[in-house]
Amino acid sequence: MEFTDILISLIKIIVMFVVVLVTVAELVYTERKISAWIQNRIGPNRVGWKGLLQPYADVIKLLLKEDIVPTAANKFIHTLAPVISIGVAFSTLAVVPIAGETISMFGREVQMVIADVNIGILYILALTSMGVYGLTLSGWSSNNKYSLLGGLRSSAQMISYELSMGLSVIGVVMVTGSLQLTDVVTHQAGWMWNMVLQPVGFITFVVAAFAETNRTPFDLPEAEPELVGGYHTEYSSFKFALFFLAEYANMITASAVITTLYLGGWQVPYLELLQLPSGIVVALQILAFVVKVAFMLFVFQWVRWTVPRFRYDQLMDLGWKVMLPIALANVIATGIVILLIS
Amino acid sequence: MIPVHYYLILSAVMFITGVVGVLTRRNAIIIFMCIELMLNSVNLTFVAFSSYLGNEAGQMFVFFVMAVAAAEAAVGLAIVIALFRNKQTVNINEVNILKW
Amino acid sequence: MSSELIVFLVLAAVAVLSGILMITRANPVNSALFLILNFIALAGMYLTLNAQFVAIIQILVYAGAIMVLVLFVIMLLNLQDEEPLRETLTKRHYASLLFALLTLAMLIEAIGWMGGDTLDRMQQQSPLAVANGTVQHIGDVLFSSYVFPFELTSILLLAAMLGAVVIAKKRFP
Repeated sequence: MEFTDILISLIKIIVMFVVVLVTVAELVYTERKISAWIQNRIGPNRVGWKGLLQPYADVIKLLLKEDIVPTAANKFIHTLAPVISIGVAFSTLAVVPIAGETISMFGREVQMVIADVNIGILYILALTSMGVYGLTLSGWSSNNKYSLLGGLRSSAQMISYELSMGLSVIGVVMVTGSLQLTDVVTHQAGWMWNMVLQPVGFITFVVAAFAETNRTPFDLPEAEPELVGGYHTEYSSFKFALFFLAEYANMITASAVITTLYLGGWQVPYLELLQLPSGIVVALQILAFVVKVAFMLFVFQWVRWTVPRFRYDQLMDLGWKVMLPIALANVIATGIVILLIS
Repeated sequence: MIPVHYYLILSAVMFITGVVGVLTRRNAIIIFMCIELMLNSVNLTFVAFSSYLGNEAGQMFVFFVMAVAAAEAAVGLAIVIALFRNKQTVNINEVNILKW
Repeated sequence: MSSELIVFLVLAAVAVLSGILMITRANPVNSALFLILNFIALAGMYLTLNAQFVAIIQILVYAGAIMVLVLFVIMLLNLQDEEPLRETLTKRHYASLLFALLTLAMLIEAIGWMGGDTLDRMQQQSPLAVANGTVQHIGDVLFSSYVFPFELTSILLLAAMLGAVVIAKKRFP
C-alpha cells in the first residue's frame, strides 16, 4: 500500500461521497416534483430556477432548528442510531463498479470501483443486515411508544425480507459463478442482462429492496397516520436530517445494487463493436450506469406515489408466504436449467 | 508475524469473560449473550489454527458452530419469551419451580 | 512493532474491552451493543487470519441476524435496568471470579504445555491460508467432504424453527 494508492482510494471515496450527497439533495427535489406531477400539482418552484435549490433551503432550515433529545431517552444510543444508518447506506456503495474500463491517474491504471473485493455480494448482504440497527436502536432509545413500535416493525420487516433478498441473489450467483461484482457485470455483456436471465429473481429482489429501504408500500416503520413518525418521531434538527439523508442514500444504494446485479451495471450493449477510444468508452459506461440508476430511482418514486401502504399482517404474509417460496422456487428452477444446459 | 498463541490467549481471555458473565449475571438474555461470547472465542481458536496449520477443517467447524448458534438463538429466545409470559421476569433466580 | 501486530493488538483490545463491558452493563440493550462490537472486532480478526468467508458470515449471521433477534426480544419484553452489579456483589460473585481466574490460568498453562516445538512451528500463517479461506474453497470442501453434516444442519435448523414457533406461540385455552 503506497502513498499514491491511498491517495487514489481517498479521491474515489470523496468523489463518491460528494456525488451521492448532491444526488440525495436533487432526489428530494425530484420526489416532490414527481409527487406533484402524479397528483396534478405544481410542486416546489420558488427557491432557485424552477425550485431547484429547494432541498438546500430545507437542509439549512433543518440545521438551524433546535436539537431536541427527550429527557428519558438513552442519549448515547439516540445519537449513535442515525450515524449507523448513514454509515451503512454509504459504505455499501464501496463495492459497486461504475465502469469497466480503467482510467490512468498518477501513472496508474485505476479501476472504477472503490474496493473490488471478491466477496462483494456477501459484503452487500452483510451491510444490509447491519442497517436494521439504525432504525431499531433509534426506535428503542427514544423512549416513546410510537418509536418503539416503529423500531420493532423495522427489525421484523427487514429480517423477513433479507431472506428473500438473499435467495434472489443466489440465482444471480449461480448464473455468474462469482461473488465479485465486477465479474457479475462483465458476465452480463450484450443483452444477457440478469434481468432477462432471472426475471423472477429480479422481481423478488426489487420488492425486497423496497422493503429493505423502507419505501412505500413497505414504509411501516414510519407510517405517519398510525405511528406519528415511527422510529424518527423524537428526532429533530441535524439527527433528523441524517435519517432523511440515510433514507435517500439507501435508495441510491439499492438502485445501484439492482443496476449492478440485474440491469447490466455499466454495460452498454454492443459498444465494443464501435471501436471507440477508451476515454469515451469510460464516459459512456459511467453515463449508462447513471441512466440505469436514475431509472430505478424514478421507479422507486413512482411506486411511492402510486401504491398505498400495506397493513402489517399483509406485509408479513407477503414476505413469508409469497416472496420466500417464489425465491426458493427460482433457485431450484435456475439450478435445473443450468444443469440441463451444461 | 504474530505467533499463534497470541490468538489462543485472546480466545482464552474472551472465554473466561463469558464464563464470569454466566456465573454472575441473573438475566437470562445476558446469560444467553455470554454463551454466544464463549462460542465466539472458541471460533477464534478454530480459525486461528485453521489458518496456521493450513487446514480448512477449522473453518468448517466454525460454519457448523454458527449454524448451531443460530438454532440455539431461535429456541433460546423462544424459551425466554415463554418464560416472560408466565413469570413476567427473565431473572433466572425466579425460575425455581423445579426445585420444589 | 509490525503493522500486523498493531492491527492485532487494537482488535484484541476492542474485543476484550467490549466483552468485559458486555458483562458489566446493567442495561441489556447496552450489553447487546457491546457484544455486537465484539463480533465486529472478531470479524476483523478473521480477516487478518485470511478467513474472509468466516469473517463475512460472522457479520451476516451473528451481528446481522442473531443479535437483531436478541435486541428484538429485549425490546419486545421492554426489559429495564437490572440492579447495579456493585450493590449485589455476594460471595457467589467472588467465588465465580476466583473460579474463572483459575480456569484462565489453566488454559494459559495448557497453551504453554503444547510444547515449544509445536508453537515454534506455528510462528506464522501457513502459505495455504489465503487459498483456504476463499468462498470457493470453502464451498468445494463443504459440498464434498462435509456434505452429510451440512445436510444434518438443515434438519437441525428446521427442528429449531418448529421448536421456536411451538414454544413461543400463545396458547389459547
